[in-house]
Amino acid sequence: MQYSDPSYPIIRFDWSVSIHNIAGILLAMSYVGFLIGNMVTTNGKHYIFRKGIIKNLILQARYYAFGIFKGEHPPFPITKEHKFNPLQKFSYIFIMHIIIPLVTITGIMLLFPEIISMEFFGNMALHITDIIHVIMGFFVSLFLIVHIYFCTIGHTPLSNFKGMFNGYHEKH
Amino acid sequence: MNPYFIINSEEFYESNHWNFSCIDCHSSDYQNFPHSGELRMEPKFACIDCHGGDEQYEKYHFEQIDEEFHKSVHSSKHSEEFTCWMCHNPHTYKINARTNENMAEFIQYDNEICLSCHSDISKYQLLTTMENPNVLLTHNWLPNQVLHFTKVRCIECHTEINNDILVSHNVQPKEEAISDCVECHSRDSRLLASLYKFQFAGERNAAGFSNKTMLQNSYVIGANRNYYLNIISIGLFVLVFIGLCIHASLRIIIKHK
Repeated sequence: MQYSDPSYPIIRFDWSVSIHNIAGILLAMSYVGFLIGNMVTTNGKHYIFRKGIIKNLILQARYYAFGIFKGEHPPFPITKEHKFNPLQKFSYIFIMHIIIPLVTITGIMLLFPEIISMEFFGNMALHITDIIHVIMGFFVSLFLIVHIYFCTIGHTPLSNFKGMFNGYHEKH
Repeated sequence: MNPYFIINSEEFYESNHWNFSCIDCHSSDYQNFPHSGELRMEPKFACIDCHGGDEQYEKYHFEQIDEEFHKSVHSSKHSEEFTCWMCHNPHTYKINARTNENMAEFIQYDNEICLSCHSDISKYQLLTTMENPNVLLTHNWLPNQVLHFTKVRCIECHTEINNDILVSHNVQPKEEAISDCVECHSRDSRLLASLYKFQFAGERNAAGFSNKTMLQNSYVIGANRNYYLNIISIGLFVLVFIGLCIHASLRIIIKHK
């Protein structure tokens, strides 16, 4: 919608508005489910920073950039206690606790444009809200691409996808 | 007395013709009271009778407005009965779009002109036996309908733009109305040639926020974009994509070794 151009009508504008709005509402509902889930189960512990996170994530990043080609073993293999390696943890915490909430909240504000402009910030309100929404949304899209790609770094390229469905991780 | 004959003097003195006396346009026989009944049949001036061919008003292109009007559906469907006065009350008409800074006000003023018939069954049926369509229902397909109705004028979508005259007068039949969202919601927005024509003054610059003038009054997604933001976002995207392709290719190569 931000890049719409009459000469390249990739998808009808009103369809993209509807799909986007419905997806946004579904996302907001899922996020609430996620928050509640994290509070009532032990899953929440995986989304907390621990000591040495920066050092560890650099180690993990080095492995992905170079080590993986040299046949090294992953420095932080997955266990029940640590289901995320440090790089994952860092990025997931950022995405789930900062970026997604910002995207969803600004998105909901944009669903009621009259209320934000009139009650809160005046004329520039919509503009600022939308800029934040677009930038956060852009990060989410970037994350999506990288995330799906990293899913292929498993025992076999498809083993992590299988794991998403059956809930088990195949050891390398 | 016929309520249409009562003129609100406050509005009159704020209008474009405020410094006219009644008999400047109406018969001088009105100076006698009681007014003769025959005076009701007096021929009435149209805008073009005074303003046509007048050098002083040449910049407003009255002749072209008249031409455009005669192309419109109002003229073709109703012939001579549909005069300028159906939309523009000569006693209260005042210039708005060109001079009023408050956009919400002049948008409402202009829309009220259309709605004076199109949402008023008694006036509508002065000219037709058709049923007055419900404007809210016919525009059901429009998302954020209320916001659209307060931020843009009917004529933005329902007229054909003519760049020579200041306000489009060629009202199109409803089948020809703009229904493609992207006409306005893109960088080269249609609104720049209509609603924002006067505030806009040739500001189609590429860098920075597109269509900055629009931003003072509203935010139009797709039309208000930031050039740098778009470039950075596409740039980052491409970089990441290339990086991932390289990573994947290396993994495939190493695996096959």
